[in-house]
Amino acid sequence: MSEDFVDLRKVGIERDPSKRSASFMMVDESPEVGFSRGVEILSTREAIERYEWLENYSWRLVEGEGDYDGYFIRVPRNVKVEFPVEACLLLKMAKSQRVHNIVIAEENSELNLITGCTSERLSGLHLGMSEFYIKRNAKVTFTMIHNWKRGNEVLPKTGIRVEENGVFISNYILLSPVKVVKACPVAYLERNSRAFFGSVVVGFEDSEIDIGNVVYLNGEGSSAEIVSRSISRGGKVFSRGHIIGNAENVKGHLECKGMIIGNGVINAIPELEARNPNVDLSHEAAIGKIAEDEIFYLMTRGLSRDEATSLIIRGFMDIEVKELPEVLKREIDRAIELVEKALV
Amino acid sequence: MKDVLRIVNLCVGVDGRVILKNVNLYIQKGQTFALFGPNGSGKSTLLMTIAGSSKYKIYDGRIMFKGVDITEKATDERVKMGLGIMYQHPPKITGVKLKEILKHCAKLGGTEDKIYEYVKMLNMENLLDRDVNVGFSGGEAKKSELLQLLLMNPEFLMLDEPDSGVDLESIAVIGEVINDLLDGKSGIIITHTGQILKFVDVDYGVVMYKGRIACIGDPREILKTVEKYGYEECARRCLRTL
Ligand SMILES: Nc1ncnc2c1ncn2[C@@H]1O[C@H](COP(=O)(O)OP(=O)(O)OP(=O)(O)O)[C@@H](O)[C@H]1O
Ligand SMILES: [Mg+2]
Repeated sequence: MSEDFVDLRKVGIERDPSKRSASFMMVDESPEVGFSRGVEILSTREAIERYEWLENYSWRLVEGEGDYDGYFIRVPRNVKVEFPVEACLLLKMAKSQRVHNIVIAEENSELNLITGCTSERLSGLHLGMSEFYIKRNAKVTFTMIHNWKRGNEVLPKTGIRVEENGVFISNYILLSPVKVVKACPVAYLERNSRAFFGSVVVGFEDSEIDIGNVVYLNGEGSSAEIVSRSISRGGKVFSRGHIIGNAENVKGHLECKGMIIGNGVINAIPELEARNPNVDLSHEAAIGKIAEDEIFYLMTRGLSRDEATSLIIRGFMDIEVKELPEVLKREIDRAIELVEKALV
Repeated sequence: MKDVLRIVNLCVGVDGRVILKNVNLYIQKGQTFALFGPNGSGKSTLLMTIAGSSKYKIYDGRIMFKGVDITEKATDERVKMGLGIMYQHPPKITGVKLKEILKHCAKLGGTEDKIYEYVKMLNMENLLDRDVNVGFSGGEAKKSELLQLLLMNPEFLMLDEPDSGVDLESIAVIGEVINDLLDGKSGIIITHTGQILKFVDVDYGVVMYKGRIACIGDPREILKTVEKYGYEECARRCLRTL
């Protein structure tokens, strides 16, 4: 088992056709499709060359230009992709990696996408620009697991459009030391569509993490939920959320919870904006350290202080996403297990 | 040494306020004590101190368990030696499932093969995947505490109001289970109404009053006195005879 193989599993990358519908790998700025079935997957450059119509999708949801490479994934109409599609972005030799991804789920299709981002370099810049188009009645579950090194700087931009009755579920996991991560995906929700954004981040010493989500509830009856769990273990974490209610009968909820272990800084910044009288927007935010009486309780059941602490941290990070497929849940559990020990 | 637990001249405080004053209590192997006393008299404080809660500061005195001074021992060590506590108000822990805790309890008690049986017996199947104590009803919380204790199978049981807020039918179930659990073991049961004593044999009753042990005697006699004259009078009479 090579070193590199172990690292990739940490970010949910299996490269195993019995577990994945498709596998994509981008080392520095060179993309390569490993295998695929039931779903179209190409490098972004290739896709843009092949499909003229992609003009209508490229650089429409995030600001930018240029022909960076990355992955292009398209699920045909009415197709429900059975196993997750995986995409790995690996920073290996280059000082920086720029990526442009486009994901299109056509009407009434379904996709689970796992993106694992990691680095073999101690420093380096990762700039990922992603555009997600979820068409009518389609559903995309997007799980992103990051595993960086102390000197990495990560500045992604993401835009998501969810059409009528569409569903977008996103889970973001960052459990390693990193220099800077600044990410704030923006989602635009149309009529009766739904989005969920869950994130679990840990800020180690010297890490500066600023993550959040912006959701525009533009269509009548659309709804969104943002749930974040931030742990600071010496690092600086900003956890933002911004829901804008622009239409009738929209619903939004924001939940930011922070836990400080030892010392560190957490800023929870929830923001609600109503531009229509018939909206239902709410938020809750709480930051604290682990409660001593919870540790004591578990110790009365025979757990040592460290075991109790680790169980509580794990519980704190366990955001319940009912619709998350079992396989993805296992990826997240595995990632969390790996970091638990480092936190106690 | 026949005493399984010896509490010697224990003085305990919280936030600089003295709560327990010169508490002495010797419990022999096989004996069970009922602990009575008005609200706020220090009953739970005594049990939590025996379990080793760092919230409660011991100013003086010591706690001996099975001949070992455990006053300075960590809680998990005490538990491994055979102490078990059933909380009056267990904390809610978000994200930690009851079944996860049960696994730890069973490992400790060597009762892994009994989990399913006990869960069924107490009718707790639907609570296994819930966050522990989060949104549990009063009775459910009691049963969850009891289930954990059953699996840990401790030598010395400390039960803090197992019968409060529990419906009559459930008290019977809980009472039977506690009685079986106590068989051949020792313990302290805190109760206000004495309901649980219909099902559990206790050897002595103890009244705690304003942080002191005010009397020790027959548990039924004590309950009668308290019912008739109230705690203050009971304590006054008892203190005189002590
Ligand atoms: N953590 C704490 N912080 C501050 N005061 C406390 C704490 N724990 C207990 N006390 C105080 O100590 C006193 C004794 O409390 P304790 O819980 O032991 O009473 P109790 O006899 O169990 O009462 P009850 O019958 O109501 O359960 C009370 O005045 C209570 O307010
Ligand atoms: Mg009490």
